[in-house]
Amino acid sequence: MNLFYLIAFLSIFFSLLVIFSKNPVYSVLYLIVTFFTFTIHYILLNAQFLAIVNFIVYMGAIMVLFLFVLMLLNLNQDSEPMKSNLIKVVGVIAGMCLLVTLVGSVKALNVSDPVVLKNPDIGLVKNLGKVLFNEFLLPFEVSSLLLLSAMVGAVLLAKKDPKKA
Amino acid sequence: MELAFIIEKFALVTVIFLISLGVAAYSTLAERKIAAFLQGRVGPHRAGPHGMFQPLADGGKMFFKEEIIPSESNPILFIMGPSLALLTACIGSAVIPWGQSMVIGDTVVDLQVADINVGILYIFGVVSLGVYGIMIGGWASNNKFSLMGAIRAASQNISYEIAMGLSIIALLMVTGTLSLKEIAEQQHGFWHNGWFTWNVFNQPLGFLLFIICAFAECNRTPFDLPESENELVAGYHTEYSGFKLGAFLFAEYINMFVSSAVMATLYWGGYNYPGMDLVNEALGSTWAPLVGVAVLFAKIFLFIFFFMWIRWTIPRFRYDQLMHLGWKVLIPIGIANIVLTGVWMTLKDILF
Repeated sequence: MNLFYLIAFLSIFFSLLVIFSKNPVYSVLYLIVTFFTFTIHYILLNAQFLAIVNFIVYMGAIMVLFLFVLMLLNLNQDSEPMKSNLIKVVGVIAGMCLLVTLVGSVKALNVSDPVVLKNPDIGLVKNLGKVLFNEFLLPFEVSSLLLLSAMVGAVLLAKKDPKKA
Repeated sequence: MELAFIIEKFALVTVIFLISLGVAAYSTLAERKIAAFLQGRVGPHRAGPHGMFQPLADGGKMFFKEEIIPSESNPILFIMGPSLALLTACIGSAVIPWGQSMVIGDTVVDLQVADINVGILYIFGVVSLGVYGIMIGGWASNNKFSLMGAIRAASQNISYEIAMGLSIIALLMVTGTLSLKEIAEQQHGFWHNGWFTWNVFNQPLGFLLFIICAFAECNRTPFDLPESENELVAGYHTEYSGFKLGAFLFAEYINMFVSSAVMATLYWGGYNYPGMDLVNEALGSTWAPLVGVAVLFAKIFLFIFFFMWIRWTIPRFRYDQLMHLGWKVLIPIGIANIVLTGVWMTLKDILF
């Protein structure tokens, strides 16, 4: 339990650093550390497959691309666009709306009995695969369609317009 | 019990760490000797008999050189880059089964640091982290050649990781498990039920894909675009000197060692060898596993030799050729391999 509190503290600490660091590259590096603490959380929950997938996909692939783009942009204070007060006000309002929604939804939730998993080893890859391909086959395949459509969209965006060329 | 477990694992980790450092150090000598052999030269032969102490001399040189941190660089990240590269290279060996369980007296000692049931995916995770060292180091140098090298490394690693994953999926369909220990146990012996037990004979195409991707992930020739000296000075380590440069080079050799071990375990039977049952009976369960360890290391050294052989034989790709190979050749072959494996397994179930 103590380990959980330490890791939870680290996750919050590093996610705050993501927001407050001035240099965008540092932000991304802190975000990588944050994802790493999430991986530890998954391991503590005995969800090994989720942990390792979070490790590979978020830390290993997505954040590499983030870092890649930021390094190419080479953002620093000179090239930072002017932030008008209007945008700041809009940002504050949008953030507050999100906060109100979150607080409202948390209040609306019923406090249920502590969830007891029927099978505590559900997070192991074998059990997870069986559950995904038996009970949740349809949602699983539908989500793969979603990914496919995103991929097609990305290819379309990257393709040169034949009319313009 | 608990303390004995910790001591056992700690000893194992220390031994594996020392061995991987030793192998990496002597790989540098082997590389130069093999290069000399392939080019008809003598190679290093002054330090000790046949140049045996050359790695020590190189290491000493690396330590005593001046460490230069460029004034326009980002000093923290500049130091973090090589450290991360070395760290990620070292942690990959944790899930590799080095041999069968040894029985010493009453206790059973596993020759594997951690048998996690997502072993292969762990290796993938470590491999995908490996690029951070290069990227951070290259960016922090504040030099356009370093940045180009870092960006090349990142895009190359991501591209080849996909093909590597596809080649592994076909292997997993055959083995049915992600644990490296179980995969090694399945390949017991050499010949069973009229076919080879080693996975390379079930997945030849998958192995070919895997070894090509392993070359790319280790940034070895013909995929050493991140440090191609005729285009980018020295790529991501242009600004590095002294031991920080040494750390980058060392990480490359450790990566080579670990990926050779992974290839040997996944495809070439790991610690298994023909006639191992006879040896097990003759030597008993204390000493027979050590023969298996020796066999595994022989396989690893063969793969390291293969890495070096390729390096001094095949010239470097152009960058567009590299991307073409990764995305338009290897990935379709990988998918075809998965489909073929599925069809073959179904046919085998129906017919035999």
